[in-house]
Amino acid sequence: MKPAAFTYMRPETISEAVAIRGEYGYDTAILAGGQSLIPMMNFRLARPEIVIDLGGTTDARGVIERGGGVAVAPMTRQRDLEVSDIAHQNNPLIRETLRHVAHAVVRNRGTVCGSIAHADASAEQPTLFVTIDGVATATSPRGSRTITGGELFSFHLTSTLEPDEIVTEVWFPGLASDEGYAFTEFARRHGDYALVGACATMRLDGDTVTSVRVGCSGVAPTPARSVAVEQLVGQRADQPSFTGIAAAIAEEVVESGDDPTASTAYRKHLVRELVVEALVTANARANERRAD
Amino acid sequence: MSVEPEQVVDVNIIINGTECATSVPSRMLLSDFIRHEAGLTGTHVGCEHGVCGCCTVMIDGVSARSCLAFAVQCDGSEIRTVEGLAAVDDTLNPLQQAFHECHALQCGFCTPGFLMAITEFLDRNQRADFSETEVREAISGNLCRCTGYTSIVDAVLLAAKRMYGKED
Repeated sequence: MKPAAFTYMRPETISEAVAIRGEYGYDTAILAGGQSLIPMMNFRLARPEIVIDLGGTTDARGVIERGGGVAVAPMTRQRDLEVSDIAHQNNPLIRETLRHVAHAVVRNRGTVCGSIAHADASAEQPTLFVTIDGVATATSPRGSRTITGGELFSFHLTSTLEPDEIVTEVWFPGLASDEGYAFTEFARRHGDYALVGACATMRLDGDTVTSVRVGCSGVAPTPARSVAVEQLVGQRADQPSFTGIAAAIAEEVVESGDDPTASTAYRKHLVRELVVEALVTANARANERRAD
Repeated sequence: MSVEPEQVVDVNIIINGTECATSVPSRMLLSDFIRHEAGLTGTHVGCEHGVCGCCTVMIDGVSARSCLAFAVQCDGSEIRTVEGLAAVDDTLNPLQQAFHECHALQCGFCTPGFLMAITEFLDRNQRADFSETEVREAISGNLCRCTGYTSIVDAVLLAAKRMYGKED
């Protein structure tokens, strides 16, 4: 199907975009990469009156290192962040996560800020954001505020942004130099939205886990960050510990009911398998990075 | 009840080196612009939501789904479509030649999308020695219902050898 008619606006700066968004609020949609918005418009699931295209702005690209982490602007393409060596040195989990997002052709256009603002609980970037407590800056004519991690998401495809706000920056904290990391997911076809994904970081002292974070996609109305995984701190980093904690995490994070794509039981099974895989990989990488 | 006329915007889009200047509704997709305004029907429309890959073109040097861009976004942009691959005298380029020799197309509907995606893949990774797994990952954004993909993988491997292999 073809999209419904709309008024197209192409501001030259982000400030201009914020002003338009402030004036028209709910009637607007932000067009950055368009890889999520335009499919919805083609299906007529989204019928904004006004589309604000950020593509013409001159002040909205790039990847910068700041405050121990990495920041991206509204038009920073996923591909730009993926290939950025600055970002990769600071936080290799970013490139690892982005490699799982759709296909290269989609990452060429799609933006990091856009994917996170789109708030799809099955998507990799919102899951990364929640797992490592990314910080989004939301700007409206009333000013700017920051929103951290899970506070940005409230329901399927629903962020906690006000109708007059635009995400003008996403900042990811860096990883410690000895921190292991992993992103893994299961999809029936490579590049599809994953049924379930798992994101993990881990630090060790000898064989003992000193810090660990786990997040999962595809299990709840928002990307899920595990609290139960804290029980792994102080434990030995080995297969029995990982298997045990993965079982607890599956019970903790899976909220989805049976649906045509997967049953609750299957999603829990995937969480158990993928969290173990992520912890094993993060463990191995922590050891590698300590050795460097 | 009256219906508001829809917004129409002037655009100038350069396709395969030729300017195409006209006025289009804001909601016209780039895929439809290429096919109906520029008359280049090699770019195909399959799913119109970004998953099949038939509509893949280059926008300003990078591959993109033309069904996921509005023509108005591409004002002033350089677009490359499948029609821009072969030489002026219609000699097939090495990738197209490899597709031909390996029977990597049957109905041909998916083929332009594959060619554009693979053109970028080979350009970004200029090697003669890909594994089958690497090629399968590279083509995973394009769906084919006819060939079963094996002949396409063969074509990519052959093209890479010819384009980047050392001369014997």
